[in-house]
Amino acid sequence: MVDIRSGTGEPIGPAEVEDVELYHPHSWWTRYVFSQDAKIIAIQYASTAIAIGMVALVLSWLMRLQLGFPGAFAFIDADRYYQFITMHGMIMVIYLLTALFLGGFGNYLIPLMLGARDMVFPYANMLSYWLYLLAVLVLVASFFAPGGPTGAGWTLYPPQAVLSGTPGGKDWGIILMLSSLILFIIGFTMGGLNYVVTVLQGRARGMTLMRMPLTVWGIFTATVMALLAFPALFVACVMMLFDRVLGTSFFMPAIVEMGEQLQHGGGSPILFQHLFWFFGHPEVYIVALPAFGIVSDLISTHARKNIFGYRMMVWAIVIIGALSFIVWAHHMYVSGMNPYFGFFFATTTLIIAVPTAIKVYNWVLTLWRGDIHLTLPMLFALAFIVTFVNGGLTGLFLGNVVVDVPLSDTMFVVAHFHMVMGVAPILVIFGAIYHWYPKITGRMLNGLMGHLHFWVTFIGAYLIFFPMHYLGLIGVPRRYYEMGETAFVPASAHTLNEFITIMVLVVGAAQIIFLFNLVWSIRHGREAGGNPWRATTLEWQTPETPPRHGNWGKELPVVYRWAYDYSVPGAPEDFIPQNQPGSAGLAPEGAS
Amino acid sequence: MSAETHSPVRQPLHRPTGLAGLAADWASDQRAFKNVSWGKAMMWIFLLSDTFIFGCFLIAYMSARMSTAVPWPNPSEVFALHIGGTDVPLILIAIMTFILISSSGTMAMAVNFGYRRDRKKTALLMLLTALFGATFVGMQAFEWTKLITEGVRPWGNPWGAAQFGSTFFMITGFHGTHVTIGVIFLLIIARKVWRGDFDTGRRGFFTSRKGQYEIVEITGLYWHFVDLVWVFIFAFFYLW
Repeated sequence: MVDIRSGTGEPIGPAEVEDVELYHPHSWWTRYVFSQDAKIIAIQYASTAIAIGMVALVLSWLMRLQLGFPGAFAFIDADRYYQFITMHGMIMVIYLLTALFLGGFGNYLIPLMLGARDMVFPYANMLSYWLYLLAVLVLVASFFAPGGPTGAGWTLYPPQAVLSGTPGGKDWGIILMLSSLILFIIGFTMGGLNYVVTVLQGRARGMTLMRMPLTVWGIFTATVMALLAFPALFVACVMMLFDRVLGTSFFMPAIVEMGEQLQHGGGSPILFQHLFWFFGHPEVYIVALPAFGIVSDLISTHARKNIFGYRMMVWAIVIIGALSFIVWAHHMYVSGMNPYFGFFFATTTLIIAVPTAIKVYNWVLTLWRGDIHLTLPMLFALAFIVTFVNGGLTGLFLGNVVVDVPLSDTMFVVAHFHMVMGVAPILVIFGAIYHWYPKITGRMLNGLMGHLHFWVTFIGAYLIFFPMHYLGLIGVPRRYYEMGETAFVPASAHTLNEFITIMVLVVGAAQIIFLFNLVWSIRHGREAGGNPWRATTLEWQTPETPPRHGNWGKELPVVYRWAYDYSVPGAPEDFIPQNQPGSAGLAPEGAS
Repeated sequence: MSAETHSPVRQPLHRPTGLAGLAADWASDQRAFKNVSWGKAMMWIFLLSDTFIFGCFLIAYMSARMSTAVPWPNPSEVFALHIGGTDVPLILIAIMTFILISSSGTMAMAVNFGYRRDRKKTALLMLLTALFGATFVGMQAFEWTKLITEGVRPWGNPWGAAQFGSTFFMITGFHGTHVTIGVIFLLIIARKVWRGDFDTGRRGFFTSRKGQYEIVEITGLYWHFVDLVWVFIFAFFYLW
């Protein structure tokens, strides 16, 4: 895979694009609020995502309180419970994870890692954030609208989503939810086009695609996927909005509601499920691929070793991205679609395990005999690998039709997807924040608070979700407001539910430590210097820390090597930055 | 940003042709698509994304039409005009299609004159394109009015499946919105061309970047795409 010979191969070509002339802000407002600088936009995206994520965290507390101690809290009635569940899921998946990985890390890291001055269209990039903020505000508005937010479940399945039995179905809830999603998609498209074009057309001299850090590969592939998957959600939202507002029947069959025959007829609820999951399954990898990329860089940097099988890692990302578009109906085994589809979709689903397993083996092989530094980013990266393997293995259960049918709609499913696309990517986000915070602020995050945060979060997440697998296997259904007296659910299951709820409160509290650390360390953290982790990638080689507008001072960087020259034999240091000329070090075959 | 930003400063060292060239471009630094500016790359990728939106709309429509249990209204009769004592099927749609496709022709000519720095001809041809586009939208409004007066609503119609009205208004409405945005876009760019912004290096009001004549071609890409989408809507909705 890697050419061990030293030497940089062909000379680096001349600049094909003249250095850009950036927009220079003239006031505080255009510098920090309506900023066109990708770094500021990244911080805006991340702060908004974390703020709305905290709302979702509190919602998860509330719904767990109901499950652990049913009836103890009078204000959590069945309607509220469903609203909490729905908003928790939707916020976490779309408004936190997608926005934070692509809008947050994408904006911050793509230009810096590629040696660009900014995104290619800073103005559209700015609009992207403001539309995202508007989408979040519309979403939050639904909490205060008559009838409250929608309680249709994060999948918003019709017909129940627009009927009066569902909270928000005949009120404002579902309308605001769908409008917010439409705004989010329009806003994301503006940002997403920027990320893709910047990666394809805006790289530094010497930065070939096969020299990009895997972080950029992950974010890039995820963005391409998002640009192709979000249209399906957009269409589904528009059509359901028409069903609700105009009385069309795209998704509504003839239906009797509260003894009254509705005017709808002839629509197909299954059509919505197909559209939704054509978006929904790629969405899993839109969240996972940036995490894959970032964790690769964290492991390589903190194990002081080049990533094992860089090319395989890149191709695995691309293949996972492509395959994820032909697996969507594995979410619909029990929907009543043609059973023969199940065979096809189970096969494609299980094939995805191959490139995914390649990635996991390569992470472990990168660690193998590495000079592992158990820094906070490394701890989170290791925790990610364990959690992801765990969630991935239960995915093999659920991908098979015959195993999925009895497990469908049980807590097993909840445990599976929280492990694989909830906890695992969040752990990477934490690791990434501990890793890049010094570049963003110039100071290190506090280590003591960091370790406390890590251990409580990691062990706590296991204590929450591991028992849930057991609950699912004995048949405890998901999305039930309360179990009541059920013959097949033993009393011990209830004890387990109480335990899980207490752990949720504890893990949630640990996140408050993290937030405090984020704020406290801006002033009181240890001075970091420009490259505290002694990393090779370009963002650590900026002339100033934090990087200024334009990133690079007068001269743009030139890239001479790949991103993983760690512990090169014979080199004076155990890392060689990408922009350091000279023949020492490894270069991927043919990449120079 | 200067006008030169988008144009290549120097060519890469050496570029093979054919498949080897494709591989060499993708393996190269700086740009995967040589000689493609940022704006043009962005428009192409946006159009790819937009294709998925229209694709989803059309597939949803086809699945509704194929699975409906009540008869689907016959488009030849529904979209006929009563002219000179006889019903001429699809005559309005045929004229609309002809106008929209003609507008692609004038757009292509505008792009040509734009690259020759012929400001007046470029601006006039863009205005003509916008006029064709506006005519198309106007005729669509006429068609909507006619159907609405005949009793077609998003939730039902006198002749059969309710999804006929819903998909018709949704798909033609979404396409008509695209055409309208295109007309506005054309008028703005035509004004800039007429004023000579791309010769004097005048900066954009919002972006404070200098534009260049390539924006005419980028507008053209969008316009041709909207035309192409109409061909599919015409085939799948009216001719089926």
